Amino acid sequence: MNTLSSPELLSLFMHFLVLSLLGVGGAITTAPDMHRYVVNEHGWMSNGQFTASIALAQAAPGPNVLFVAVIGYNVAGLAGAFATMMGIMLPSSVLTLWATRFGRARRDTIGVRAFNAGLAPLTLGLLLATGWIISEPSRESIGAIALVAVTVVVMVKTRVSPVWLVALGAVVGMLGWA
Amino acid sequence: MPELDDTPPLKQPASCKELFVVFTWLALQGFGGVLAVAQRELVERQRWLDAAEFVEMLSTAQVLPGPNVVNLSLMIGDRFFGLRGAFSALAGILLVPLVIVLGAAALYAQYAQHALVSHALRGMGAVSAGLVIATAIKLLPTLKGSPLGRWLCLLIGAITFGLVAVLRVPLWWVIFGLGSLGIAAAWWRLKQR
Repeated sequence: MNTLSSPELLSLFMHFLVLSLLGVGGAITTAPDMHRYVVNEHGWMSNGQFTASIALAQAAPGPNVLFVAVIGYNVAGLAGAFATMMGIMLPSSVLTLWATRFGRARRDTIGVRAFNAGLAPLTLGLLLATGWIISEPSRESIGAIALVAVTVVVMVKTRVSPVWLVALGAVVGMLGWA
Repeated sequence: MPELDDTPPLKQPASCKELFVVFTWLALQGFGGVLAVAQRELVERQRWLDAAEFVEMLSTAQVLPGPNVVNLSLMIGDRFFGLRGAFSALAGILLVPLVIVLGAAALYAQYAQHALVSHALRGMGAVSAGLVIATAIKLLPTLKGSPLGRWLCLLIGAITFGLVAVLRVPLWWVIFGLGSLGIAAAWWRLKQR
């Protein structure tokens, strides 16, 4: 962890402010540029620390965007986490609120209906693709493939809370079967 | 495939506090992503939205920059209680998980090499993949009423999957390229009606 001066913290904040508007499909799509900025350009953390920051946020509960806070924390402690999170959240949140109100006021117009209907199949295709990509490390072991399959069946057929499946995954993993 | 017809009537959150609590709870259940849990909690358990509305909001959240679930929480909060609701839902989805993840970051160095921890994470990773796949399957029936028709929907979904999962085309191109084609096709079909 480093001690950043106020101008440095401000430029960290400004950098994430810009990245916020580029992160279509989630902040993770801008991770390569965050890497370029904090690792290569400023040397605020190592390559390994950067990768570990992302893995850690993905393993913890909550939205994956929290990896941005972990990166900020590893750059400059709580002040860094505050700078990166505020930067990544502000512009996209303002835009989202504006767009959702705009869309709601014109819900029945042909434009908004075409927008919703045209994107729905794409959204579901993307969800499937995300599941496929996340399952990549799991496809190397039979136990993990079985876990993926059991999860799909239980979720589709029953109303069991996902927490129990995550706990099952942790236990199966600890036994070395995944 | 589950039917949509037998769903009970929709409800509304009673207060901003309830929004905060429900979003905190769903965020805390979301290991490796919150989307699957959001669908279960908001559509199936709280019944604040029906499945079709969920897909609509998710589509919008996806096109906009910013994390999908965070955008989704803002949109849902705003819909029920305006700006105050948006901030309540946003605070719910971020605040407690933020404290946990920063605590984990501080502890991480000590336990990173622990085999039990990395093995457990592998198992949890497999489950989170299954959760996302199941969510996609459960939302498929929402395409039934689409003006695009069944075959065009399936085709667009399959091309999306191929471009993103197999060819790894950057998401931006898929959304703006294929997305605008889909919107244009839907527009044309709606005009014809």
